[in-house]
Amino acid sequence: MWERLVSIDRKWIFLAIGLAVALPFLFSWAISPGPIDPRARNLYDYLEQARPGDAIIIAVDYGPSSMPELHPMATALVRHALGKDLRVLLMTLNPQGSLLADDVLEAVGAELPEKRYGKDYVNLGYKPGGYLVVLGMGDSIPKTFGTDATGKPMADLPIMKGIRNFRDTHLVVSLAGSNVVFTWIIFGHEKFDQAVAAGVTAVLTADIYPYLDTGQLVGALNGLKGAADYEMLIDRPDRAALGMTSQTVAHVLIIFFILLGNVGYFATRGRRR
Amino acid sequence: MQVQIPILLSFLAGMFFLVQFFMPHQAIQATYTEVLVWLRIIVAFAMILGIASLVQRHATKIRRRQRDWQYSIITLVSFFVVCILGIVRGKDPGSAFAWTFSYMLVPLDATMFSLLAFFIASAAYRTFRARTPEATVLLVAAVIVMLGRVPIGEMIHRSLPDLTEWIMSVPTVAGKRAILFGVALGGIATGLRIILGLERSHLGG
Repeated sequence: MWERLVSIDRKWIFLAIGLAVALPFLFSWAISPGPIDPRARNLYDYLEQARPGDAIIIAVDYGPSSMPELHPMATALVRHALGKDLRVLLMTLNPQGSLLADDVLEAVGAELPEKRYGKDYVNLGYKPGGYLVVLGMGDSIPKTFGTDATGKPMADLPIMKGIRNFRDTHLVVSLAGSNVVFTWIIFGHEKFDQAVAAGVTAVLTADIYPYLDTGQLVGALNGLKGAADYEMLIDRPDRAALGMTSQTVAHVLIIFFILLGNVGYFATRGRRR
Repeated sequence: MQVQIPILLSFLAGMFFLVQFFMPHQAIQATYTEVLVWLRIIVAFAMILGIASLVQRHATKIRRRQRDWQYSIITLVSFFVVCILGIVRGKDPGSAFAWTFSYMLVPLDATMFSLLAFFIASAAYRTFRARTPEATVLLVAAVIVMLGRVPIGEMIHRSLPDLTEWIMSVPTVAGKRAILFGVALGGIATGLRIILGLERSHLGG
């Protein structure tokens, strides 16, 4: 019997994980995300300090693979910013991010018909070059991009009035599932003293903690929990809050399998000796 | 000369960027801004090089009928179709390019990453064993963090999220910070070696 504990066919494990993740979504089993992460609250409070008309830059630096964790963050941030009558500039250092930015603006724009593309929010699109783009934005955002993602010249966009470089923006939030977030810290914050916040996938959480401690990041959203926290802070629970149930069940299931494997291991260890 | 000129250029460029960081003189900052524009153009050329390399590699594979050459046909056909769609019809929302992105690339890319959840669960079950004291500490810490990061953690014990926070903020940050310092010092040393011409691996030799 103990040998069976260490030799469960992985197809049963795959089935269990699949059901654990899918069923909460199918039946909309939502649970409270729990206590709000103070780093998420710090980001929220920093945005709350902005005045109507202030500009924030949201860097949609992720692709479809990181969408489940980061797309809800982008949506919640844009909702919060537009609700406070801030000017929202979306851009990306990731080639796949531009169309994802369009997706966010389309969804939130439909909820807020009084907000106009080009006047209240804009997608500046993708520019190659990574840190070169950040350095260029520190000098001149219109010169770095030239046009928005649709090809409209910067001069024709009312939202860009009075925005020359980072000094004219309140905050940059980098949403990334890779090291791109450090590009913003190193070249955006350190060189131009730009306030930077991060939204990262859960695996990158530990990597950004040192920068939070030093104040190089004003706040952070960590993984799906961070996205769910922000949705709770703006009082709009959405996909992230729903996803927390799946994540909870999946975590408990993985821990169960790990403990099962260890019980079987210790029970059969004597026999193997 | 074939080696000396690149080394000289590396030295001059490296010294310029080192000096400009500390000198706010207008002429130097104007030159710096202009060079940044040149660099972005060069990065765009690098993209063209990457595309050419990709096409050449897969075309060679098809021509020589190497293993899995059929997938190379799919790669090249997909590449050119999406390129042509984007160039000819544009990439605005509602375009064919946007459609292929939203309804083909996004689900495929998300599916590939989703497989991780299954393999992590299976791998954790098979290999995560408390064989040694260190492995036991790792296992206990992992269980605490996994429970503390989801709502059920607080339901199990109200201090579990705080313990998770301590693990993430203290020992984890200490280790990460040590690694960051090491990487930064290594990067400075390597950069200086390249600028001074002591390191020539980037020249292909």
